[in-house]
Amino acid sequence: MMLLEMAAQGFGDRVAVSSGQARLGYAELFTAAGAAAAAAKASGAAHVALLDESSLALPIALYGAAWAGLPFVPLNYRLSGDELDALLARIAPAYLVTDAARCAELAGRLDGVVASREDFVARARSAPPHESAWGADPDEIAVLLFTSGTTGTPKAAVLRHKHLVSYVLGSVEFGAADPADTGLVSVPPYHVAGIAALLSATYSGRRVVQLPRFSPERWLELARTERVTHAFVVPTMLARIVEGLEAAGSAELPQLRALSYGGGKMPLAVIERAMRLFPKADFANAYGLTETSSTITLLGPEDHRHAAASRDPALRRRLVSVGRALPSVEIEIRDVEGRAVPAGEPGEIHVRGEQVSGEYLGSGRRVSDDGWFATRDAGWLDAEGFLFLEGRIDDVIVRGGENLSPGEIEDVLLEHPAVVDAAVVGIPDPEWGEAVAAAVVLRDGRRADEAELQEWVRKRLRSSRTPERIAFVHELPYNETGKLLRRAVRAELAPEA
Amino acid sequence: MAHLKPGTRIRSAVCDTEVMVIAAPASDVEVQCGGTPMLAFDAEPPAGTSLDSDAAAGTQLGKRYVNEGGDLELLCTKPGKGTLACDGAPLAIKGAKPLPASD
Repeated sequence: MMLLEMAAQGFGDRVAVSSGQARLGYAELFTAAGAAAAAAKASGAAHVALLDESSLALPIALYGAAWAGLPFVPLNYRLSGDELDALLARIAPAYLVTDAARCAELAGRLDGVVASREDFVARARSAPPHESAWGADPDEIAVLLFTSGTTGTPKAAVLRHKHLVSYVLGSVEFGAADPADTGLVSVPPYHVAGIAALLSATYSGRRVVQLPRFSPERWLELARTERVTHAFVVPTMLARIVEGLEAAGSAELPQLRALSYGGGKMPLAVIERAMRLFPKADFANAYGLTETSSTITLLGPEDHRHAAASRDPALRRRLVSVGRALPSVEIEIRDVEGRAVPAGEPGEIHVRGEQVSGEYLGSGRRVSDDGWFATRDAGWLDAEGFLFLEGRIDDVIVRGGENLSPGEIEDVLLEHPAVVDAAVVGIPDPEWGEAVAAAVVLRDGRRADEAELQEWVRKRLRSSRTPERIAFVHELPYNETGKLLRRAVRAELAPEA
Repeated sequence: MAHLKPGTRIRSAVCDTEVMVIAAPASDVEVQCGGTPMLAFDAEPPAGTSLDSDAAAGTQLGKRYVNEGGDLELLCTKPGKGTLACDGAPLAIKGAKPLPASD
């Protein structure tokens, strides 16, 4: 809320958010947030929830909730039935903003108040300026984000104002954006990157253009018509944009200056092709978790250029690293006993910093007394502090006592000219405990058989890392924010398990 | 004034300046604005105080102010006419260190 008030004072006339034809300025957003706060407070709600794709309701509800001192809860709008009801029960009583159809469906059976997106925005925008002071307690909950629940019941990650403000102040300078700067946000509101993008944009004064439902065609069209200068995408989005542009044979986005990506593993082939398509753009790879208020490490534009231009394989490999820790964040790799390991050795990634929350509703903070949070991500640091991810700790394959990283094997498969996507998982094996299996998507018009790919991996890695089974599939299962659903891959490759 | 803690917001007793504490020294220090100690965010300014004309260089929205030791850092969240100071020594504007956009 402080961020928005500063923006409203500093550059109130600038456009804060564009959504389709609708536009909202910073001063206007400030007033609308005040009205939304009053409505939410009057309803007696304990949470302000948004069950919808991106629209002007997102910034108004986010800042309105902060003003009212209530947690903001963006929910996955693809949920329905029992799954949705279970989440709604956990945030009752709620002030819920949703689309018109859901509004009619939920009215009367929700504990709380339901407002349609259109009514909510129209009422907030037509209200007179609101005088009441906003909550200023940095320890209050700003946002509750339900995890995607790929490993069980969704957990609610808690981000307090102090975490989000630390993230923004640690990574952005106030009012630093040029008035023409425009950021295209295509991640949904319930993804931490969608929240972080909005907060950073507010503080820097960069206009946000919302893309509610991603498609590569729509992304390119908006990038052109809205003269987009900055964009954030998840790797699957970038892969589709690159495929689309290469098919069309042109990449005319002269305004695009910065293309950042994160939220999943970026294949080397995709980033190399993207850098060729947008030679003038600054690329940035951001790694972070919901529990760390988004970005904690960054592979910046210079890092991309150095790595791409290098002939040294170790330096070139940095293109698939997630860069170095932000100045306000510390990273350490630890072994299973919790001891820090030297550069080059893999282990679990631990992180410390003011923006790290590491807290789940109902189960407390998972942060040590000296401030370290165990991410459950596996990785290693090179001699200069560049971090390489190896996937989730739980995805590590244990074959005959040897720990194998799926990511390393996937990278090698992806280097094969016929392979466009690959997922490696462990499947139960009577002899080794776990065996390596892969699901592979072939490029259109290209062929490769199991024996050829096995030989390809065996030559580049040890034989223990060679997939014993390779299935050829049309596509890999990803959730809507680009996260590979390894459980689904495993179920397909080892149906008897 | 109570001990400063990062995240705390305080305001000037003599002008519109409001700041948030980004970093604070371990020892107690007195932060002034416009020549008068700053107040808790919800405190009423004492009667009879006014801006000292020798401490009226003003504050700028969004700038970070640091002391010489670098252990006190304040972010201006609302500008005003006073000069920020710590134990009588004026604070300086901290240079920006831009990072590439990551979101």
